[in-house]
Amino acid sequence: MKSDLITIIKKEFARFFGDKRMVATALLPGVLIYVMYSFMGSSMTEMYEPDDDYVYEINIVNMPQSLAFLEEVEEVEISKIEAKEADAVKDAIREDEADILVVFPENFDVEMLSYDVMTATTPAPNVEIYYNSADTESSSAYSIMHETLNQYEQAFANKFDICQGDKEYDLASDEDVSAMIISMVMPMLVLMMLFTGCLSASAESIAGEKERGTIATLLVTPMKRRDLALGKMISLSVIGLFSGISSFAGIMLSLPKLMGGLEDVKFGYDVADYGVLLLVIVATTLLIVGMISIISAFAKSVKEASNMATPLMLVVTLTGVTNMMGNGMPQEWYWYLIPIYNTTQCMNGVFSMDYQMLPVVITCIANVVYSGVLVVVLTKMFGSERIMYT
Amino acid sequence: MEQRVIVKAAGLRKTFKLSKKQQTIQKTKDKVKVAVDGLDFEAYEGEIFGILGPNGAGKTTTLRMLSTLIKPDGGDAWIDGSSVVSNPEEVRGKIGFLTSELKLEDFFTPNYLFDFFSELHGVAPEVRDARKKAMFERFGIDEFAEVKVANMSTGMKQKTSLVISLVHDPDIIIFDEPTNGLDVLTARVVTDYLKELKERGKTILLSTHIFSLVEKLCDRVGIVMDGRMVLSDTLENLTKDGDLEDKFFEICAEMEANK
Ligand SMILES: Nc1ncnc2c1ncn2[C@@H]1O[C@H](COP(=O)(O)OP(=O)(O)O)[C@@H](O)[C@H]1O
Ligand SMILES: [Mg+2]
Repeated sequence: MKSDLITIIKKEFARFFGDKRMVATALLPGVLIYVMYSFMGSSMTEMYEPDDDYVYEINIVNMPQSLAFLEEVEEVEISKIEAKEADAVKDAIREDEADILVVFPENFDVEMLSYDVMTATTPAPNVEIYYNSADTESSSAYSIMHETLNQYEQAFANKFDICQGDKEYDLASDEDVSAMIISMVMPMLVLMMLFTGCLSASAESIAGEKERGTIATLLVTPMKRRDLALGKMISLSVIGLFSGISSFAGIMLSLPKLMGGLEDVKFGYDVADYGVLLLVIVATTLLIVGMISIISAFAKSVKEASNMATPLMLVVTLTGVTNMMGNGMPQEWYWYLIPIYNTTQCMNGVFSMDYQMLPVVITCIANVVYSGVLVVVLTKMFGSERIMYT
Repeated sequence: MEQRVIVKAAGLRKTFKLSKKQQTIQKTKDKVKVAVDGLDFEAYEGEIFGILGPNGAGKTTTLRMLSTLIKPDGGDAWIDGSSVVSNPEEVRGKIGFLTSELKLEDFFTPNYLFDFFSELHGVAPEVRDARKKAMFERFGIDEFAEVKVANMSTGMKQKTSLVISLVHDPDIIIFDEPTNGLDVLTARVVTDYLKELKERGKTILLSTHIFSLVEKLCDRVGIVMDGRMVLSDTLENLTKDGDLEDKFFEICAEMEANK
């Protein structure tokens, strides 16, 4: 009877959404992710980047004339010091009290200009930079000086230039860059979130009912086993989605903060992209719930179900990493028949804003069909006394 | 008076495969345990039929087969004409099965559970509401209608279980060890209610190992030993010359002698 299916779904929802503790447990990962990543994001930025208006104090011994332009740069303040003061400055750097010390050889400009790689009998003039890598300001100052000197050195030695001038050479848009980063990690994160979201609810609803002996009470009613199996899988999928989407929202909301360094992170996804993503995720949730339900039906207790599901969770999560290898979505349609792998590839495609509809459609159909098979298996299991009453 | 057979078992048989652990617990080397071994009986409409036997005789296994929780390996049984083997869903609609192994979800209230199981049994809402009111009053659950099962006393839980098993007002009630694990007060409420059900024309099949319960309630008795029904007769005939307990051990002795 169709109404039995609805009765079961209503009961599962009443059980889950009526229980504040269960709802909180489902929402918690999303909230935690948001709090954690936001915190991590901002503290990472703080850790690796000093304040914007910080002025680096650069101590220079034997300041060459050719670098006089440095004195015009706003972010740095040059103090020219004598060679005999160098050791005191080094100590100060060690104590985090000074930023950096640069020691040029005497007559650096002359020696450098007269130096010829082919005929030289002595090593090239050497510039020493002393810094403290454990001090953020000091390492930043080091990067600045190192980069400046490198550029300077190249400008002399090079017979041609690469990427000189103010032109924008990196042709990737900001959107593409952030999309690429997201598309690498997201499929794995989403799969992991979905799996954990589905696991607790499914284990509780199937293995838990078995453990507590309440499922037998259901099985002596005239309801069809198929309605029970399907009803449980549908409601558990909705609950899994609810929990998974909250985690997903947690990630999406904290991404801009997490990537605090990249000021211009942009999400260029439109409604269609999100729609496709949701479709793929819904079909995958059904499949994941189906797999966990079957494991839960075999298990004797909630704890055993969680233990038994752990290897599956590893496989699913690892499959989520496969998109980092290979080169874009595979072209051949049959790849999209492989469960979870197909989800990963589709999500990767959507996140990197480079996908076709056919693979997405094949993925969704394949996953729904597999879920259908799992409903049949679960129905058989509900009908098996060996499995239900041991 | 010609009575109609409403429950009939013919050659019911059930074996269990024993795990290594079960083999050690039961101190046996046999890989299979024959729990019910070709059991036959008939129960008439409107009577209380008692299945009497020692622990391990196969009473629970028989009743679980009759209520379609498990499938027989051999034989069949018919509940008001529906076969437990070929038509289990129909059987489930006709019976109410009561046993301590069927639990209610702790999270829900009697009120919710009554409605939920009524829906699964296809009971119309008006019928359901009237029935719920009457049953809750009858068992004093009305005050606890909105209390979660988890927060109820054991006795109240047991009464709620009984009420929930009967939401569809079945004509045939199968009850495994009705008074087992009940305190004296609840046990009395249950036995009184079984008599009441019989007066309303219901057929009741109960299993027990307690002689006095059979003497108090049953119209007819089937004695089960080692998975077989060795004798079934009216209580009147069995207690003609002595009490039921004496008769029971007489039969035991006869069986030993025949081995
Ligand atoms: N699931 C099972 N697995 C193995 N043996 C069982 C199982 N259920 C019952 N038995 C065995 O079958 C026999 C009959 O059990 P049961 O029907 O519960 O007896 P009763 O209810 O008359 O005490 C007992 O020996 C019991 O140990
Ligand atoms: Mg028993």
